[in-house]
Amino acid sequence: MIRAYGDKKTHKKILKSRVALNRSMAGNVTLFIFMGICGMFMAIPLVFVVSNAFKPLDELFRYPPRLFPRHPSLDNFADLKVLMANSWVPFSRYILNTVIITGGGTLGHVIFASMAAYPLAKHDFPGRNLLFNIVVLSLMFTWQVTQVPNYLIISKLGINNTYWAVILPAFSYGLGLYLMKQFMEQIPDSIIESARLDGAGEYRIYWSIIMPNVKPAWLTLAVLQFQTMWGNTGSQFLRDEQLKPLQYALLQIVNSGPARQGAAAVVTLIIAAIPITFFIICQSSIIETMTTSGMKE
Amino acid sequence: MKTGISTGKSAKVSLNGAAEARVSAEWSLINRIKKHKASYVLVAPYFILFFTFTVLPVIMSMALSFTNFNVLEPPKFIGWGNYIRLFLNDDIFRIAIKNTLIFAVVTGPISYMMCLLFAWIINEFKGKLRAFITLIFYAPSISGNAYVVWNLILRGDKYGILNGILLRLDLIDQEKIWMKTEKYVLMFLIIVQLWLSLGTGFLTFIAGLQTIDRTLYEAAAIDGIKNRWQELWYVTLPSMRPQLLFGAVMQITQSFAVADISINLAGNPSVNYAGATIVTHLMDYGSIRYEMGYASAIANVLFILMVGSNKVVQRMIRKVGT
Repeated sequence: MIRAYGDKKTHKKILKSRVALNRSMAGNVTLFIFMGICGMFMAIPLVFVVSNAFKPLDELFRYPPRLFPRHPSLDNFADLKVLMANSWVPFSRYILNTVIITGGGTLGHVIFASMAAYPLAKHDFPGRNLLFNIVVLSLMFTWQVTQVPNYLIISKLGINNTYWAVILPAFSYGLGLYLMKQFMEQIPDSIIESARLDGAGEYRIYWSIIMPNVKPAWLTLAVLQFQTMWGNTGSQFLRDEQLKPLQYALLQIVNSGPARQGAAAVVTLIIAAIPITFFIICQSSIIETMTTSGMKE
Repeated sequence: MKTGISTGKSAKVSLNGAAEARVSAEWSLINRIKKHKASYVLVAPYFILFFTFTVLPVIMSMALSFTNFNVLEPPKFIGWGNYIRLFLNDDIFRIAIKNTLIFAVVTGPISYMMCLLFAWIINEFKGKLRAFITLIFYAPSISGNAYVVWNLILRGDKYGILNGILLRLDLIDQEKIWMKTEKYVLMFLIIVQLWLSLGTGFLTFIAGLQTIDRTLYEAAAIDGIKNRWQELWYVTLPSMRPQLLFGAVMQITQSFAVADISINLAGNPSVNYAGATIVTHLMDYGSIRYEMGYASAIANVLFILMVGSNKVVQRMIRKVGT
């Protein structure tokens, strides 16, 4: 794909004129209002999550409930701190476990899945369609019933009660492979061909041509996988308390009844805030890729 | 290295035409496999793990569906017994299938359209504002089980937020126990499910819109595309067909596999099974009654349902932009 209009300036001008051509002002205003209304509906429950964390106990049980706390306080946070101090293993240990499990699972999955996706999208090797179809079908199987067989396999491999029991299966989730393959399909073959003519090997092409071109895709995948891994308590395979992730410890607090309602409100906020923070970090780099237009040669 | 089908020429000359064809076919297959060594090296790490941790367990649990297995004793083979029981004398399964289909038919298409529409609108915004809007819409699905906040909203006593608002506005004269009243359960579950559904598909569409080559739009503008709707139909959608197909699979699996929200908001079992879905039914047998063989049979039925509907939907999406 060669840009139709050589230099950047003309390109920008054309883009501007395009916006003027096809976008009506009334349409923009309507869209804006529509998005505002939908956004409110989406945001209200989350506003509750945030404000509940700052409500003192008496306001948590108030009738009628209010959207915003009247006397915002940090009591709940203090309460949570006390709980943390009394936990079975130091809380920093839970955090370390989460970093290992979530970090490892996300990084490994993005690399493994994108490596496998490139040949599936662009090489015509024997068995390609079969492999791909199996992955798509696997997405439609209910994971709840595979837990017992999974446990047996992990025990047989002797990795039960280690980080590997949670991380290794995560490397090979079906979602990432499917997602990456769909994006790589859109890369023009001409780019790959010309790299081959320049003498680049397949591994080189994957790393320095394909991956930069599908940056929005793998950042998106990183966000999705981070979320999955963060939500993983690992309680099925991790017996030792010192291996369990933060999510597990936090959910213990949420489920500990009305007396802990305040701390639970803060925990709900933390559980929601961490993936959101990660998303914001990735989102800004996704937008950076926006400024470069499409595929360039 | 060439992509495309390589025709390996067989050096052997044979009198028998069919045999020659077979030999040359084998010969070219081996050649092609050799040629694509790099491809196999790249896919190997992922697929070794994938077969170990995904395919193998799935095959095992498919096999378990023909057995009686209580997780403690070794499975006993009973042939089609589980399936016969499932279809002939499991009334709740019928309710579950009905609810699941309602869910799939309502939330599937609506959530898919929502993902696409919102992603497309967000694409019209720029910079910081755009990031903010994306976050607002994506936040519900990313925030773990923040949907338990709906429990506060739908609580059946005066502390419930919805009851509070409606009482205040005099729309109801006494508080309603929303999630314990049969006629409301499914409706609220659908609302919460829609609220949660701007997830994987939505994010993929947003990324997909960004990988579209901008020169296509310029060309389209010159070719006389007049407004954003035409642009959407003739340029945008056809160029993101791979993402549209992916999003469809995601929304289908999501809407068929609804379970967690039902269990958390309506309970399992829910009142008169009003919130029962195939997966809640499966969990009831799998993780409460420990009838793993039966649960596996339910999972296989769901699998077949999903694959079937997926085939239909993929065919529809291939027609986009024509």
